[in-house]
Amino acid sequence: MTVLNPPIVPRKIYGLIWVVLLLLLLLNWGLAQLNLGPFNLVATLAIAFIQMMLMLLYLMHVRYNTPLTWVFVAAGFIWLVVMINLSLSDYLTRGAVAGRFGKSWIHETSVPPPVYLPKP
Amino acid sequence: MNATLPQTETLEIPKPPKRLLTYFEDGGRTVGSWLLTTDHKRIGILYLYSIVAFFTIGAIAAAIMRLELITPAGDLVTSDTYNKLFTIHGTVMVWFFLIPSIPSVLGNFVVPLMLGARDLAFPRLNLLSWYLFNLGGLLALYAIAIGGVDTGWTFYTPYSSTFTNTHVVTMVAGVFMAGFSSILTGLNFIVTTHKMRAPGLTWFRLPLFLWSNYATSVILVMATPVLAMTLVLLSIERIWGVGVFDPQLGGDPVLFQHLFWFYSHPAVYIMILPGMGVVSELVTCFARKPIFGYHFVAFASMAIALIGFFVWGHHMFTSGASVYSGLVFSITSYLVAVPSAIKVFNWTMTLHRGRIFLNTPMLYALGFIGLFTVGGLTGLFLAALALDVHVTDTYFVVAHFHYIMVGGMVTGFLGGLHYWWPKITGRLYPESLGRLAALIIFIGFNLTFFPQYVMGYLGMVRRYHAYAPEFQIYHVMSSAGASILGVGYLLPLIYLIWSLKHGKKAPANPWNATGLEWQTPSPPPKHNFAQTPIVTRPPYQYSAETEEHMVYG
Amino acid sequence: MANSHEAVAEQFDDMPQQIEASTLGMWTFLATEILFFGALFLAYIVYRHTYAQAFALAGRHTLILYGTINTALLLTSSFTMSLAIHSAQEGKNKPLLGFLLLTIFLGCGFLLVKGLEYHEDVHEHLFPGAHFTRELPAPGQIFWVLYWVMTGVHSIHLAAGIGLLAVIVWMAWRRRFSSYYHNPVLISGLYWHFVDVIWVWLYALLYLINRH
Repeated sequence: MTVLNPPIVPRKIYGLIWVVLLLLLLLNWGLAQLNLGPFNLVATLAIAFIQMMLMLLYLMHVRYNTPLTWVFVAAGFIWLVVMINLSLSDYLTRGAVAGRFGKSWIHETSVPPPVYLPKP
Repeated sequence: MNATLPQTETLEIPKPPKRLLTYFEDGGRTVGSWLLTTDHKRIGILYLYSIVAFFTIGAIAAAIMRLELITPAGDLVTSDTYNKLFTIHGTVMVWFFLIPSIPSVLGNFVVPLMLGARDLAFPRLNLLSWYLFNLGGLLALYAIAIGGVDTGWTFYTPYSSTFTNTHVVTMVAGVFMAGFSSILTGLNFIVTTHKMRAPGLTWFRLPLFLWSNYATSVILVMATPVLAMTLVLLSIERIWGVGVFDPQLGGDPVLFQHLFWFYSHPAVYIMILPGMGVVSELVTCFARKPIFGYHFVAFASMAIALIGFFVWGHHMFTSGASVYSGLVFSITSYLVAVPSAIKVFNWTMTLHRGRIFLNTPMLYALGFIGLFTVGGLTGLFLAALALDVHVTDTYFVVAHFHYIMVGGMVTGFLGGLHYWWPKITGRLYPESLGRLAALIIFIGFNLTFFPQYVMGYLGMVRRYHAYAPEFQIYHVMSSAGASILGVGYLLPLIYLIWSLKHGKKAPANPWNATGLEWQTPSPPPKHNFAQTPIVTRPPYQYSAETEEHMVYG
Repeated sequence: MANSHEAVAEQFDDMPQQIEASTLGMWTFLATEILFFGALFLAYIVYRHTYAQAFALAGRHTLILYGTINTALLLTSSFTMSLAIHSAQEGKNKPLLGFLLLTIFLGCGFLLVKGLEYHEDVHEHLFPGAHFTRELPAPGQIFWVLYWVMTGVHSIHLAAGIGLLAVIVWMAWRRRFSSYYHNPVLISGLYWHFVDVIWVWLYALLYLINRH
């Protein structure tokens, strides 16, 4: 009768995930104390991502779930990526205009102020 | 458990063993039984009352604006009042009429019927959604009553957060509530469509209304939360005077526009997709032909919902977004034209060599196809970067989106309301009056909004209460058209109410249509079907050769 | 068995349909929540891109000790929530009650620590507005606006989660769950874990990446 419920995950796995999550937290906290330059950002976000995936897949049972659930979970993230991506298409190219041939066609330049016609 | 039921033909009208109580009678006729109902049909009717009330308020604001614009001088209302009027008109019409119009009224009523289900998946959530909607509406009305808001429905920062002295936070709180109501409705539809289809009703046997309703729900669920958070940020900035979007404090007003349009552009498709779904139902029923290219129409709905999320930047070509992003958004905006055109072509091909009955719903459907095409094609003008700079914030834009929203959605709503009216009320509406009203609306609408294209292109800017005298001729035409349109909207209100008492009793299937909703008595019993229907065929098995039994009111 | 059939609502044919529908409903709701917080994440990314230096200065003032303790508390509460789900699936009511109460306790602990942290933040003039500290460049205030909104909205979600679990405790107390019917526990668990996932990101964005 419980076919439609997710299978019972052994307590051992929950325990293991808990320990791994706490270790990752410790690692993350430790890395923040060191100055790794740009790698601080990369490492921190990577660890957060791993922690999220562990929780999604095991604690939230996505791993044991139907393809439909996978689609629904993915949808939220895909939409988020679309929103961030297309917004950044604006922010990363602010003030840039098309250049001439031979140069990178997007380059930083200041936009000249508009020229107004003299009032009659 | 359903496998044991006898295999019945879906097109037959199953004779209930004894007369079941209709949903009007079952559960009582008291006010309390309506306000606490969880029956999707009753909730649909509750929504109908609400949106008619809000439509009236929005329409009154529009009427005063059109009166003001008859003369070039600003002589009827002050510019401040005019600002508040177009804010009322925009806010009320968008959030409290258009977005809930087809999904919450017709969708609520017919979705479970079309699916062969007893109710939506979460009936109590559905009722909660109605209450949230009305609470939001009342908050918005309260904001209007204590002095109004003058920002326009878009609440652009920093004007809305820093400079205006009107009741922005109250209004925004109302919209926030209505947004929650939208999310709950969309969630309910998504789950219901996935999990509560009748046996045999596979995805590709779903009526096309359900496809577009599903696509709409995806937008409701994925876009609305962004609006909610944006409005929270706006309110925080306004209440505490801290900078999120205020350029003086380092904020970026364009970020507000990004977030706002990430919701509001897909929301435009909330305001057209359900109308397309209704038209798909109407065209195939009244041309007595299976829909042309079922899969294309179904996937076009999903494509519009999806691509609709990639195009929001075309509202920001002139507001300081980068040229590169303008290019990207311009291209994606052109992409939306493809599924939209697929739909129009498929409807047209469905009409081709069909046996066309020009009943009232069909008149609305044909009007929809024409008006949507005009509105959609002018949308392409606006998607072009260079031309958009010329016509941004002119009446050209106003005309464009009114062709989509009024010419499209309101027309679709009225068509659907007439089509399902016999099912909803058990009465037929007077056919000749219905046709007359459809014709008046079509003429009135075009007279109102076509001149706006012309004057917009010539340079008439939107949101001004006074204007240069050379535009007067267009404004007078527009106002004259608006009064015709007003008559056109009053007529159905009157004869539909009249028909509740005096209309002919409707049979179960007055249009001889194929959907599951027509296989249960009109009005349906509380749990919709005497027994769960079993579907054995694809939808729209119409044939022009078979003998027709159209019933006329 | 008789008990479990009473729980099937009238619009559903049977229990599997009801379970599938409510689980899917929760996942849909969580998708909306991603976008709800997503607006804040976008604002954070945009402003961090625009004001990298100011964010680095402002981000150093967050209290990493409180943040780390709170992360540990939440991760542990997710663990106890999972154990509660496990007990529910096995139909053991007493452990279910115990683990639920423990989860609630940890959630309250989080809110308590957060309250202490807020108190200290205010004390250090890190609440945006007229009394905001003069030591930071002006855009640093945007970081702190986002900090308060993000953690505030998260705390509201957590409080809602505690309320939700309280209802589940009450239902478990009334012996409404069995090894056959325990879907409300699973669904509340989804919500609880989700709030935890959001916090993991807030911890990274607000407490860690602006340290250097």
